[in-house]
Amino acid sequence: MKKTNNIILETSLKALLFFIVLYSVYIFTAGHYYPGGGFIGGLMTAGAIVLLLITYDIKTVQRILPVNYRIITAIGLLLAIGTSASSLLFHVPFLTHRFTHVELPVLGEISLHTATLFDLGVYFVVVGVTMTIIQTIGEDE
Amino acid sequence: MSLLHLVIILPLLFSILMIFFKRVQRVHTGWFVLPLPILLFIYFLSLLPVTSSRETVTEAINWIPSLGINFTAKADGLGLLFALLITGIGALVVFYSIYYLDKAKEKLPSFYVYLLLFMGAMLGVVLSDNLIVMYAFWELTSFSSFLLIGYWYDREASRYGAQKSMLITVFGGLAMLGGIILLYIMTGTFSITEIVGNSDQLYQHSLFIPSMLCILLGAFTKSAQFPFYIWLPDAMEAPTPVSAYLHSATMVKAGIYLVARFTPVFGESGFWFWLVGGVGLITLTWGSVFAVKQTDLKGILAFSTVSQLGLIMSLLGVGSAALHYEALDDNIFLVATSAAIFHLINHATFKGSLFMAVGMIDHETGTRDIRKLGGLMPFMPITFTVSIIGAFSMAGLPPFNGFLSKEMFFTGMVRVTEMDIFNLGTWGILFPVIAWIASVFTFLYSMILIFKTFTGNYQPEKLDKKPHEAPLGMLIPPVILVSLVIIFGFFPNLLSDSLISPAMAAVLPSLIGTGEEFMVHISFWHGINIELFMTLGVVVLGIILYRTLPKWKGVYKKIPERFSLFRFYDRLLESSQSGSYRLTSSYMTGSIHSYLVYIFAFFIFILAATLIGQDAFKLDTVNVSSIGIYEWVLALFVVAGSISILFVKSRMTAIILLGAVGYTVSLFYVLFRAPDLALTQLVIETISVALFLVCFYHLPKLRQYETRIRFKLTNALISVGVGAIVTVIALSAHSNKLFDSISQFYVENTYEKAAGQNMVNVILVDFRGFDTLFEITVLAIASLGIYGMIKLRGNGRKEG
Amino acid sequence: MEILMAFVIGILFMSATYLMLSKSLLRIIVGTGLLSHGAHLLILTMGGLKRGSAPLLGEHADNYTDPLPQALILTAIVISFGVTAFFLVLAYRAYQELGTDNVEEMKGTEPND
Repeated sequence: MKKTNNIILETSLKALLFFIVLYSVYIFTAGHYYPGGGFIGGLMTAGAIVLLLITYDIKTVQRILPVNYRIITAIGLLLAIGTSASSLLFHVPFLTHRFTHVELPVLGEISLHTATLFDLGVYFVVVGVTMTIIQTIGEDE
Repeated sequence: MSLLHLVIILPLLFSILMIFFKRVQRVHTGWFVLPLPILLFIYFLSLLPVTSSRETVTEAINWIPSLGINFTAKADGLGLLFALLITGIGALVVFYSIYYLDKAKEKLPSFYVYLLLFMGAMLGVVLSDNLIVMYAFWELTSFSSFLLIGYWYDREASRYGAQKSMLITVFGGLAMLGGIILLYIMTGTFSITEIVGNSDQLYQHSLFIPSMLCILLGAFTKSAQFPFYIWLPDAMEAPTPVSAYLHSATMVKAGIYLVARFTPVFGESGFWFWLVGGVGLITLTWGSVFAVKQTDLKGILAFSTVSQLGLIMSLLGVGSAALHYEALDDNIFLVATSAAIFHLINHATFKGSLFMAVGMIDHETGTRDIRKLGGLMPFMPITFTVSIIGAFSMAGLPPFNGFLSKEMFFTGMVRVTEMDIFNLGTWGILFPVIAWIASVFTFLYSMILIFKTFTGNYQPEKLDKKPHEAPLGMLIPPVILVSLVIIFGFFPNLLSDSLISPAMAAVLPSLIGTGEEFMVHISFWHGINIELFMTLGVVVLGIILYRTLPKWKGVYKKIPERFSLFRFYDRLLESSQSGSYRLTSSYMTGSIHSYLVYIFAFFIFILAATLIGQDAFKLDTVNVSSIGIYEWVLALFVVAGSISILFVKSRMTAIILLGAVGYTVSLFYVLFRAPDLALTQLVIETISVALFLVCFYHLPKLRQYETRIRFKLTNALISVGVGAIVTVIALSAHSNKLFDSISQFYVENTYEKAAGQNMVNVILVDFRGFDTLFEITVLAIASLGIYGMIKLRGNGRKEG
Repeated sequence: MEILMAFVIGILFMSATYLMLSKSLLRIIVGTGLLSHGAHLLILTMGGLKRGSAPLLGEHADNYTDPLPQALILTAIVISFGVTAFFLVLAYRAYQELGTDNVEEMKGTEPND
């Protein structure tokens, strides 16, 4: 895609992008209790990067975020399958999740889930897949 | 796993080892294979005392017990007889093949893999007590026979013969499977022993005749009975050791085995008597008459095998009449069954030796055409001796074993006239008459086989090689076989107690009480009786016909080629091929539009039929939620948006409208209390629009290709149908609640079991995590697909 | 509401089918997009609409909307995005290689005949 000279978009994006990404991370972590989760969080992050792509051009974005999104997809899949398979080590069926409640000094009581790791895998896959698709098409001359 | 199971599996396991023998070039692969059949033969011999005291060896392994399918191996008299034939002839054939197949030119490992595969499969057929397991082995024999016939696959005729045998025997095998399933429906078991035990109840069942016909189809195709025999002559394209082994001594006898095995089940029916006996007699006559016409030595042997199989089959059919007698005394039909089993053994010996002899002639002269051969006696004296003993035995001349079984055959057929069941009073006379005519022709082709080859004028100019005696290794197996021919001829009672009587006990189990056994005594000299005169008549008429052969052989040319069964098969194959091609090309148009039309039309049809058939349409107007003003507006938006997409001309408008519908749907999710969906849909829609935009540059313009009004009308009709049926389904699904929703489980357990509060997310990552796992996998595959389509394109290569 | 939705879904399916039966590639893709919207709404409607609060335990409500259809639809939405993207690229690559977007002209002939 060609670089567009849209000064309003560029300026506002610089401020907004941080919040969008931050919000997407929030929405991902909150997923177990409130609306959100890996799918939505991942899509939102991808949306933020797409916004970057639209504002600047692909080369610039690739310079800012030198990431191979196919690797991200692979990491996500490995994470999801690995989390699922790790339950086999404890002689429980594939995909059995465990959780525990922990007391942390500042944050108070929180719970830790293996399901979150699985969801993180989903998050990575969604980001990776969306960006691979958009980027590959964008690069096609 | 017992020893008996191991014995069945061993050839199959051994065939895997052939891979390693590929490396050994210096030693003929056959030498590695040879010990196996010999060992197995010795093992089966060791079981002889068990079966001759009317015991059986039964070993079971549970396989699929829930379906009643167990690998039950059972060795009784009949099974053991066949097992001995398979391994005994197998050993001789392997030995013969070592000299017949050149180790430098042939693909020996594949040959022995097929041969071992066949041997194991055949042992499995005769030693399995479970019908499904037997069926599996049965098909494996067809399969290995296919591979062996097509062994010289670079020859057109080999491929043709292999395909033909495969099509016909597998057709029969499938029919047999149907028969097995019908038997299962009637008896509730796949075990042959149990079915035989309950056979008296079957007789009245309405499925009795259908299952009998199906089983017989399997047996008749495998044993090359009329009119299915046409595959056997073409199967002669296989290497001669294979023909000797599969297509005369063992595999084609699997059908005989099947008929013998099922005689206790079906044998009391008159239908069985007429069908098995009648088809056997027709095959016997047909095969012997057409054997005379052949000019290829192997062709003669092929038709003679067909004919001899018919002989055994007819004896089994007639022998089934013995079941109508209460006891053993005065049971005049026992002789037919014992003749069938005796002839089975004899045929394996003399036909095996004849095939090997023909193989040697082919090997040493380069041709099997009797018009080119002649006067070979001085060059190949041992081959000649072997052949003349085999052929005289086949013709039923004393003092060989074939004479004895032929006499018993005549006895069995003559006794049919003495019977007063199944309308035999009127038609029974046909049996001995037809049998006698067929025997004349049998005598005739046996003489042709010998004297056209070994006597007469030696024509060296027509032969590729200068004939000489075959190597010693090739001579040993047929010599062993013909010595058996002579030994069984002089001492037939060697076989009667050890093999024939136990086998008869398996064929006719209901006739013998505990402690009794079949007294089989075969005597050489019966005195001057009708059978002896029949044999004399055969010899006299046979010699006259042989002398006058050139004068009347032209008769065969009068039979129009068009009406032969071989032609019929070819035409059937051709027309079914072209027919299915026409059928396929009539609907596989290659156009997405037609395929979608089929799919949607079927969709409408099947759903409408179910709705009407089940009377499922219901409309519940009470138990519905309220409609607010927003919802009306949103619904209007979706309807307006989706309908207007149909009419837009520009792709930009279409994309924007699709986006608009998507955003409205996400608002629906908000109203329907699905916050997760609303968020996802919103973000997805945004990214989708971005996706369409980046693709925009590449996308084609939106053109109107649909000009014809009829095309549009069909499409509109189908679309309205789909829309209407979906609406009806949605309404009925809402109004019919057949079961309680399983969702309550998730509501109750989300916090308890997964410590979460967002049920949707917990379902996704925990309760139904598998769905999610597969979904992200699919996504990853889709993205890689897209990556591949764009990045990995061939350079300027255009296809299609 | 369910009855109204049934008709909305029916119309979505109808338009989608009509678009998919056309000869232009782009229309077929737009049709599949509409079809997935229709299918999602169909699943949701079959589960019953507005039968309680959103399926979040934090709401402490007496009744919750059925969460299962929502979970199914969520996966379906993401999948249909992936599939639509795949179709789009397939379509425009086919267009580039074959020079037409008329599916009737794309009919392949079998090379073996």
